[in-house]
Amino acid sequence: MLIIKDIHTFYGHIEALKGVTLEISEGEIVTLVGSNGAGKSTTLMSVCGISPPRTGDIHFMGIPIHNLPPHKIASLGICQVPEGRHIFPHLTVAENLDMGAFLRNDKRQVRRDVEYVFELFPVLAKRKKQSGGTLSGGEQQMLAISRAIMAKPKLLLLDEPSLGLSPLVVRQIFNIIFKINEDSRTTIFLVEQNANLALKIAHRGYVMENGKVTIADSAGNLVRNEEVKKAYLGI
Amino acid sequence: MDYFLELFLGGLTRGSIYALIALGYTMVYGIIQLINFAHGEIYMIGAFTALIVISVLMSTGMNPVAVILIAGFVAVIYSCAYGFTLEKIAYKPLRNAPRLSALISAIGMSLFLQNYVLLAQTCDFLPFPNLIPDFECIEPFAHIIGSTDVVILVTTAVVMIILTILIRYTKIGKAMRATSQDRVMASLMGIDVNTVISFTFILGSATAAIGGVLIASHIGMINFYIGFIAGIKAFVAAVLGGIGSLPGAVLGGFVLGWTESFATGYISSDYEDVFAFLFLVLILIFKPSGILGRSEQSKV
Ligand SMILES: Nc1ncnc2c1ncn2[C@@H]1O[C@H](COP(=O)(O)OP(=O)(O)OP(=O)(O)O)[C@@H](O)[C@H]1O
Ligand SMILES: [Mg+2]
Repeated sequence: MLIIKDIHTFYGHIEALKGVTLEISEGEIVTLVGSNGAGKSTTLMSVCGISPPRTGDIHFMGIPIHNLPPHKIASLGICQVPEGRHIFPHLTVAENLDMGAFLRNDKRQVRRDVEYVFELFPVLAKRKKQSGGTLSGGEQQMLAISRAIMAKPKLLLLDEPSLGLSPLVVRQIFNIIFKINEDSRTTIFLVEQNANLALKIAHRGYVMENGKVTIADSAGNLVRNEEVKKAYLGI
Repeated sequence: MDYFLELFLGGLTRGSIYALIALGYTMVYGIIQLINFAHGEIYMIGAFTALIVISVLMSTGMNPVAVILIAGFVAVIYSCAYGFTLEKIAYKPLRNAPRLSALISAIGMSLFLQNYVLLAQTCDFLPFPNLIPDFECIEPFAHIIGSTDVVILVTTAVVMIILTILIRYTKIGKAMRATSQDRVMASLMGIDVNTVISFTFILGSATAAIGGVLIASHIGMINFYIGFIAGIKAFVAAVLGGIGSLPGAVLGGFVLGWTESFATGYISSDYEDVFAFLFLVLILIFKPSGILGRSEQSKV
């Protein structure tokens, strides 16, 4: 479904991605782990066209997307929940959800989907009329994920959804990620510091270091991999 | 009491015009955090376009009301084209450059447009005919308000209502609000940010052109320099209300209009322009975020 082939992405003169190659098939949950500054967020931003690669190819469902502007890529069915949530601070919770459905025209189904995310996160229903900037960090994360669900993406990119959340909320969010994948067969690409948790729900995983993919394997094998254990699982 | 009312209504009229121009500053600032110094020139170009259309049509003996409506329409279209082109040429290439570069580019475009009109037209003041008819129904109030003032007030109110509905309820309006709050996230949601920015410039140019035609009818003469002083005052209005806030721009326009009107009426008309700048200095010292401006609140 998504094929990334040898991409090099730069910030000015800094080469953040030094030839990243990876592949995601339809219906999978794939995780990308790595230490700080490895280039995980940059990989997601390259896919979305915010930081397009200088060289290399990215194909989504057979379509080359490495030269497309971000809004075109979004319209193909790729949605990202970026690091730091990026809630629209002066829009209400309801309006934020509405922005998620910006590209959709099926009004009635959109309304049903709003009900659906309110079921997933009842706290958001209570805060419907409150502006996004006034939510707590955890609530903002729930809103960010809900907003992405509203986009009905074929491929959902999640950048560290557990960051700064209490263990209970993290468990809840991971349950929902799992559920989205099961229920609507949404393909998920999950960047996570919490490798333990990520490898539990993922089918496969990639390990990234210094702008390069160093290990690619099934989630089960990665959990048993000595190197991974030492560096990322804290065992 | 009549004198007070006259000054009050005069201030309201004046304020409406400042508000119409200030809306353009504040919308553009809200979207790309740029003070578009060439905005006043768009207003001036609107007035000149209307004058040219009026001169041509009047010679055909057409009904004056039809003439001013057509002239206003053409002025809006022309100004929109200028505003659109201005952004593409002078600001878009600098989107990711330091803010100062875009600001300097804006000042450059302002000077360029002024001198372009100076060369293409003339440096003298040109008479601008007032084609707005006298309404009989306001006859009893003629000593405090004129027909032109009424037209200015009504037009401003209509423009503001349309703008509010557009920004609050339409798809492009929602895209504008999202883009102004978080451009990267807006593009991740599928919003074409470039189109939204162009649209914002077009919208600001349209309101400026309407303001230009109205004020030219009111004052009765124009030259290439009118955009500069009106632009600065509208800028003061935008900052006064809180730049980036639409209701703020309107409120700022009215406050400035009343201040000027009362100050010239009760103190001295010699210092008319001084008050705007005095105001600007005072706001910048005491409340830099303006009356309705919001101080940045964000969670990381
Ligand atoms: N906007 C930027 N300008 C310059 N350099 C950047 C920028 N964003 C990221 N980088 C650099 O690119 C490299 C990869 O950053 P990236 O954000 O992709 O890492 P990451 O794997 O997501 O790290 P983390 O786990 O801390 O989020 C880092 O060395 C970083 O300093
Ligand atoms: Mg990151």
